[in-house]
Amino acid sequence: MKRSPREITGWSAAIAIVVIASLIPIVWIISLSFKDPSTIADGSFLPTKWTWTNYSGIFKQSLFTDALRNSIGIALIATLISVVLACFAAYAIARLDFPGKRLILVFALAIAMFPPISIVGPLYNMWRNIGLYDTWPGLIIPYMTFALPLAIFTLSAFFREIPWELEQAAQVDGATPFQAFFKVIAPLAAPGVFTTAILVFLFCWNDFVFAVSLTSTSKAETVPAAIASFPGASQFTAPIGSIAAAAVVVTIPIIIIVLLFQRRIVAGLTAGAVKG
Amino acid sequence: MADITLEHITKRYGDGYEAVKDLNLEIADGEFMILVGPSGCGKSTALRMVAGLEDISDGQLKIGGELVNDRAPKDRDIAMVFQNYALYPHMTVRENMGFALKLAKTPQAEIDRKVNEVAQVLDLEQHLERKPANLSGGQRQRVAMGRAIVRDPKAFLMDEPLSNLDAKLRVQMRTEISRLQQQLGTTMIYVTHDQTEALTLGDRIAVMRSGVLQQVGSPGELYANPTNLFVAGFVGSPSMNFLPGELADGVVKLPIGDVRLSDEARQDLEGGGGPAKGRQVIAGMRPEHFEDSGLVHDPPSGVKFPVTIDVLESMGSEYYAYFNVESGRVASQELDELAQDSGVGEIPHAGSRTQVVARLDAASTVKQGEPGELWYDSSRLQLFDPESGRSLLTHSKVD
Repeated sequence: MKRSPREITGWSAAIAIVVIASLIPIVWIISLSFKDPSTIADGSFLPTKWTWTNYSGIFKQSLFTDALRNSIGIALIATLISVVLACFAAYAIARLDFPGKRLILVFALAIAMFPPISIVGPLYNMWRNIGLYDTWPGLIIPYMTFALPLAIFTLSAFFREIPWELEQAAQVDGATPFQAFFKVIAPLAAPGVFTTAILVFLFCWNDFVFAVSLTSTSKAETVPAAIASFPGASQFTAPIGSIAAAAVVVTIPIIIIVLLFQRRIVAGLTAGAVKG
Repeated sequence: MADITLEHITKRYGDGYEAVKDLNLEIADGEFMILVGPSGCGKSTALRMVAGLEDISDGQLKIGGELVNDRAPKDRDIAMVFQNYALYPHMTVRENMGFALKLAKTPQAEIDRKVNEVAQVLDLEQHLERKPANLSGGQRQRVAMGRAIVRDPKAFLMDEPLSNLDAKLRVQMRTEISRLQQQLGTTMIYVTHDQTEALTLGDRIAVMRSGVLQQVGSPGELYANPTNLFVAGFVGSPSMNFLPGELADGVVKLPIGDVRLSDEARQDLEGGGGPAKGRQVIAGMRPEHFEDSGLVHDPPSGVKFPVTIDVLESMGSEYYAYFNVESGRVASQELDELAQDSGVGEIPHAGSRTQVVARLDAASTVKQGEPGELWYDSSRLQLFDPESGRSLLTHSKVD
């Protein structure tokens, strides 16, 4: 189908508006992070006086570097455990017929829909009583609660896409169930697993509610929570420059991850398995 | 290579539904056995039970004399070609074909040698390093076959391997499979719903319907001596014509006229017991046993009758002539069911007109819409019981 020039212009304009609208805040925060403290409130879009002090400043604070370590550690561990568990669950859901299968999916969906803020209060009390407050497991556990349903859902959709016959063909070819899974199903499910892992990682990395409520010190505080407790230069100045710099720094790993795995995320690996 | 024996094989699902009922089949070593039937007749389920992909509810399955009911697919040493090929998309053609050997821990040099050998047979040499996604339908089909052949298994199982190909390629691959089977001499079970494929490929054909085996025999036997209405209607294209008839003294009264029964037919009918006279029957007439009466000189036996041809289709080498006959009522609920199953649908109803198709020689002078005269070779007449659908004749001429 050929599009008319008018249509092309219309669509281009719409796309441009969306891209600009979503880029402006990012450019703005990058711009803020390079502004000198004295010009931070001058209102100009681009910095008039460029400086690296905001960046060097946050890396000098153990508050930020500890938080970065906590963020990376907690998000990676939560992602790893969730994805491994979700793989088993999703594979069973996609392949086996067992009573209560639908119930599990509905239940998982319900949990994913649950507002996190509503369980923060009870968790705070519970964690303090059993000693999980302000620890890594104290954050990993609630992250998994929300990440698992999400992971099970996306993964079971991916597993369902893989033709049953491939596994049966492998079995007839002499593979044990484990060989069939690891040599045939797993390589095909890889894009799905990576996509899920990235989604889960993003969820853990970006969380603010749990992090700010269930941690208090550099022992387990993650970056979003730490940023909120950045001290200003004096009691009366807001640490806008440092916050902007920290925000830019924590965005970088996400961009790198997405760029790295972009190729793998692109589906279509199963093309050619069966006649379409 | 091995023989395969199915003894009282039954597949029962959790809800009590029986997909395969008490199936008995002996497939000799090196035999090409076809399972054929309409969709849902249990032929694929039977095949999958042989492969080990479905549990066997009842009965015994023996491959090469060994009971294999409880063996996993990998321990049965059989190769299967799936309807949708089921090639591993992340592997090249070479890896696809060598996968089974690799799992069996065959040395790499040996794998390469075998894969190259089979690739040569299947004309896949220049595609060995490509992925399935970059292959055409016919090439994928050949890779799927190659994957099975490379292993040199006890038996090949094929589940409608040609149904995803276009018509021309299907005919080509059909010849290919036939040639390969003869070359390899491996036992093969081949499932299809296409009776043409069944007739052209198999040493023997097993016709199934609703999970029940109807008849097993060579293509010629099935064609000439169908044991019941279902097999008669299912095998052959265009399919057999059915007309209601009534037995009388040495003849059967049909809407097209009285047809004299052959001596063998009369013996069969008398041997079968029951009053021969006045008995309602269903007559089965193959299209090719009709002829333009102008072309039949000095006929040994047969009946001539006037018709008006409704539609005349020219096939180049022959004509298909369609005409209607007024037919009386034959009450048989089972018959309707059978007809629906086999897709014949031309079973006579009260006061209805039945369409009959005749295959005439290209030299025929009949014209569409004009009256003419046809001849039917009455020695080829098939007779069936309207109640049970069973053939009333035990022997007919085998072509």
